[in-house]
Order: sequence, then structure tokens, then C-alpha cells
Amino acid sequence: MIINLVEISGAQALIESLKREKVKEIFGIPGGSVLPLYDALYKSGIRHILAHHEQCAAHMADGYARASGFPGTCIATSGPGATNIVTGIATAYMDSSPIIAFTGQVVRAMIGKDGFQEADIIGITTPITKYNVQVKDALEIPTTVKKAFYIASTGRPGPVLVDLPKDVQTESAEMDFSSTFELRGYKPNTDPHPIQVKRAVELLLMAERPIMLAGGGVIISNSSQEALKLAELLLMPIATSLMGKGSIPETHPLSLGMVGMHGKAEANKLITESDVLLAVGLRFSDRTTCRLDQFCPDAKIIHIDIDSAEIGKNAKVDLPIVADAKKTLTQIYEQIVQKTIKREKSTWFDRIQQVKNQLQNKNHNNGVSIKPSDIITELRRSLPNNAIVTTEVGQHQMWAALYFQALEPRTFITSGGLGTMGFGFPAALGAKVAKPDVPVVDIAGDGSFIMTEQDLATSTLEKIPITVVILNNSMLGMVAQWQRFFYDRRYSASELKNVPDFIKLAEAYGAHGVRVESCEDFSRAIKNVLKSEITTVIDVPISPEENVLPMVPAGMGLKDMMVDSE
Amino acid sequence: MSVKQTYVIGALVENKPGVLYEVSNMFRRRGFNIESISVGVTEQKDLSRMTITVNGDERTIEQVIKQLNKIINVVKVSILNPKTTVVREMALIKVHTTDSKARSDVIQYVDVFRGHIVDVSSDSLIAEITGDSEKIDAFIELVTSFGIKEVARTGITALSRGAKVIKSSQELVKEAI
Repeated sequence: MIINLVEISGAQALIESLKREKVKEIFGIPGGSVLPLYDALYKSGIRHILAHHEQCAAHMADGYARASGFPGTCIATSGPGATNIVTGIATAYMDSSPIIAFTGQVVRAMIGKDGFQEADIIGITTPITKYNVQVKDALEIPTTVKKAFYIASTGRPGPVLVDLPKDVQTESAEMDFSSTFELRGYKPNTDPHPIQVKRAVELLLMAERPIMLAGGGVIISNSSQEALKLAELLLMPIATSLMGKGSIPETHPLSLGMVGMHGKAEANKLITESDVLLAVGLRFSDRTTCRLDQFCPDAKIIHIDIDSAEIGKNAKVDLPIVADAKKTLTQIYEQIVQKTIKREKSTWFDRIQQVKNQLQNKNHNNGVSIKPSDIITELRRSLPNNAIVTTEVGQHQMWAALYFQALEPRTFITSGGLGTMGFGFPAALGAKVAKPDVPVVDIAGDGSFIMTEQDLATSTLEKIPITVVILNNSMLGMVAQWQRFFYDRRYSASELKNVPDFIKLAEAYGAHGVRVESCEDFSRAIKNVLKSEITTVIDVPISPEENVLPMVPAGMGLKDMMVDSE
Repeated sequence: MSVKQTYVIGALVENKPGVLYEVSNMFRRRGFNIESISVGVTEQKDLSRMTITVNGDERTIEQVIKQLNKIINVVKVSILNPKTTVVREMALIKVHTTDSKARSDVIQYVDVFRGHIVDVSSDSLIAEITGDSEKIDAFIELVTSFGIKEVARTGITALSRGAKVIKSSQELVKEAI
């Protein structure tokens, strides 16, 4: 075998490695310790998108990954550049999103000497990365990049950080791009155990009131079809976690919508009545289950997850299956279809329809102010099925989860685990880079949007047109809601007092700004902006008194949900 | 109610800088308590072996094992069954010996505990005691009345008896991508 060794710099080797991983776009901000890398990137054929804060570069990579399923990449310089991406990495870690962050580092001889712009980014990011590594020798770059992509995108995906001392980037070496690597401690198991599958089949066939709870893992493993086929066969309703939203079309008769602290009333009610819960690719987060012992008290729980550490971490599980969701659901379906015919009706299905009719969110428009639910419903009507919606974090996020019917996987992108305000806008930019032909809308709150609004500059300069819909109550709305319910309306530090003027702000960055006064206004505005070549910020003033309901107060069970504020 | 007890965990890890940090950091972040940890190289120079003792109930230990397994640089983890495991700890104990009576008493105790005297000075000596942790505790208690100047304990290290080993199995060894 002839191995072609080429003598190039570490930085050039990194670019070559990225190309071999089929990276077309990378997000980042240059700085002192990544200058060699940026020099190699110059006219390399890889599109670099200049972010305006490193946190946003990481969120963009994250949005890119979630929209496309392909790992997103970002670059930050050493020290403050690296520490600025920490929130982005933690966000991706909590939501199992594959991003690869490259950080500059001071030269090897300076490490540990507290040199200018030195930060121990390996130490800092160890608890929030799936894997991180500092490259000590330029020769290691080709295999390190291969490892990084492999680890980030296989098993339970997650962020990987590669730290590159500046002199490793400049060092020349004879690089071998054909080299392989071994990971003795990493071998994700994707095949379900046949006995566990058989037991799951038995439980599901005996169940009278089964519910499938679909998590983000259904989307990550591309098993939406398999989940739906199994649900239809058994006439089993599907609820989702926030991260599972979009895994099945929410207009489907078996869809219950999101369950949890701000879940749909019908989903929350029905899940407590279930006798078998088929949980797929989720981690029983406290926001999904609320009080765990009251979540599905009478149900046997089947838990499918690729990460064995999720089994038994939060919920006590009756039947764990550590495997790929797609393979597992396929096998369960194939065995059940041999034993039963497709169910056309059941008393459980009747019960579901009854509860849905009784509890489905009614529109209480008082005619005074614009209802967030109306805006979001109108947005859904205006957008094609494959349009991508991202959110920030807070009231608007929960309204989006409740009222925006996601129809396809990877079209509802939100910071579920970490709850990162400021995530939605840069994530929308990243998603748009991944899917340039699809409309992308960030449903935002005023408080969240302010946290990363400087990346309007990125949108303008890099020509990434998206739409931002700000449900503007001039409050940190979710904080205010809790203060209203639990702190006797003492609005401590939660009022934003209509600063800034989002129209002027958008214009300052070369974007459009539109303020709407009614739902009809919004309807017209959204239709116009979807064709726009520049980003539009639509400011939608709403009442500061609006609450997100239903709500399960902290520490309570699903059955204690408040459906209205009286 | 779940019963808490002490478990001994053996882990083979990549012999690389930072792996001890990864492991100890996981314990800290997940709120697990390490009672003792000892690390050393193995017969394979690219692998280190960690012996970790943890106190907790069964469910906690299960999580500890799973979270350890999740660390990419951790190759293999197992719980060592106390009934079939050789467990040893070594301690160096510097005892205050003011007179020859005290000195000869301590030397006798060290003999009984099958230890060694590894250093003697005019008013102190250092005893080396090896055994399970309870034996070391007992020795320390015994000589406390003389006055203990310093104690250094290694933390326990352990191996399964007989042919059983913690090894990266064949398929784990070679996974070339």
C-alpha cells in the first residue's frame, strides 16, 4: 500500500480534514491564536460565516446540526473566545446535538503560564462535552478530526471540542490522512436485545391504555416513520417531550402534543391514565415529568435509549432497551404485525377523542390585545410544512410548543435542556445556512432576543435572511408569570420598559423592522417577509398579563395542573 | 429504603493526561462521593487501572458505573465483589515515641500487625502497615495514645481472585474506523 504523505502545516491539515468530513460551512470569529487557521481557511472553498459573538457561532453550528442532522462546526480563539462558546456547548450537550468546536490555544510552551488569552478550555468544558482533546502534535490533526466527527455524530450525539495551540497550527509535518484510530472505550450499542424486544411486544399487546412518549431521540435517529407506523398499528396515541416535538405530525389524530410543566392539558391528563408507557429517546427530564411518582403512576414503563446511563437515571423503568430507536421500533413493529391486525377502534381511542374534545385549548380572545396563540396559529397557516421554527426561552417558547403544530422532524428547534435565552436567533441563522431554500422563523421574546441581537449583523453581512417574530410583552415574561402566581405580583427586575425600539434596532443592522397592531397586520406582514432577501424583525406587542397555561407548579404532579389563572 | 454500602470499582482507563480529572470531575458533578481512589499503570503501558471506593445504594452505584462507562477514555469498568476480591491498602504512620518503652511497644504492635518499621528517629518512628482498611484503622487506633504525627494512606487497590480479569474484550481492543 502506498501512503501519500504530504508536508503541510497543522492549520492546512485541519482544513483538509474538514473537507474530507464534507464540511461546507463553518461558523466563527478569528483572533490571535487562530490566525494560522484563518489563513488556511482563506479561499479554501469552505464558507466561513463570521459571527458577532462566539456564543452565537456555537448556537449557529447547533442550529445547523439540528436542522440538517449533520455535525455543525465552529471556531473561537483562545481565552475569552473559548469561554464565550461555553454556553453554546452546554446547550448542545443538554440537547444531544453534534457540534465540533475548534478553539485556539496559546503556544505549547506557554500553556500553564497564564499567558495572554489563555484559558483552560479543556478543564472548563470537560463536564459539558461528549469528548474534548488538546492536540499536542500537528501530526495528530487528521486522526483527531476523524475521531471528533465520529464521536460527535454516533451513539448519543453531543459536542466535541478540539483545542489547538497556535504553534501546532503552524508546525509542518508529513500528514497521513488515511490513518485510522481505535477507541477502546467507545462502542455504542445499536442493536436491541432480542429478549427485551420480545418483552416489549408482550407488554404492548397486553396494554389497554398504551401511550408512546417520543423524545428528541426519535428525531435524532430518524425514526419518525417507524414510531408512527407502530402507533397506528396499535392505535396508540403519541405524546412528545419538548425535544420530541416534530417527531410526528401534530395534526395526526393520534398526536397528543407536548407533555410536561406547560404541556397540553389532554396530553398531561391522558398520560396519567396510561397502563403502558413506551418512552423513546428521552431522559425523563423534570420539565417533562413534573413530580415523577405522579407522572404515569399505573404504567409499566418501557424505555428505549441509546445511552445506557439514561436508564434508571431519573425514572424507574420496568423494561429498558439500550439501542438505536429506529432498529428497536422496527423490530417491535415487525413482531406485533405478525400477531395482531391493525386496530381500527378501541375504548382507549374513544377516551382520547373525548378528552381532546373536552380539553383542547379554546381560544379566549378578549378582543383587547393580540393573543400569542392567534399569532402562532396564523404563523403556522402562513408557513409551508417544511419551514423551520426556532425559539428562544420563556413564555413565547411554551406558546410556540403549545400552538405551533410541527409537521416534520427537524422543523422545531429549541433549547430544551439548558433553556438558553438567546439561542433561537443564532440557531435560526445556522438552520438557514443548512437549509437555504426553507423559510426559517425565530419565535422570540423581547428579553431573549436582546441577548444575541448583535448577530443581526451576521444575518446582514452573510446574507442569511430569516424572520424574527418577537412576542413583545416588555417583560421577562416567564419570570413575571412566576412572580404573578407565586410572589404576589412583586415584579422584581422583570420589567423591560419597551427598550429598545426593535424597529430601529433592526434598521441599524440593515434588517427590516415591522410593528404589527393586529392579527390581520401580522398575517400580511408574514406573507411579505417570507420572500424577503433580508432579515425581518416583526415586533408584536402583546399584553404583559398573558400567562402560559396549562401550568404544573414546581414540585407538583401532572394531575395538579392549572388550566386557567383563576 | 435502599441500603447504602461501600462498593469497590475497578476501571481500566486510557493512560493519558487528564483522564483522572475526567473521572473525578464526573463524580463531583453528579454528586457521587469518592471514598478513595488509587491509580497506577497496568501490564499494558497504555492502560491505567483505577480502584475507586464509593459509598451508596444500589441505584447510585449503577449510575456511577454507567456514567464511568460513558467517558470515552474509560475502557472497562466493573464492580468488584468483596467476597472474591483481594483488597489491600498501605499506610505509613509516623508515631511519637518519647522513650524506649514507647518505642519497643510500638515495634511490638507493628510485629503483631505484620508491618514494618521503615524509619526511626530519636523521638518517632514510621510504621508501614498493609492490609484491608479495617486493619489499618485498628492499628491507627491502637497507637493513637502514643501520639500520631502524620499518616499517609494509599487508598485501596484491589484485584479479583482466580482467573477473572477486567480486560478490554477482543472486540473492544480493535475498533478501527
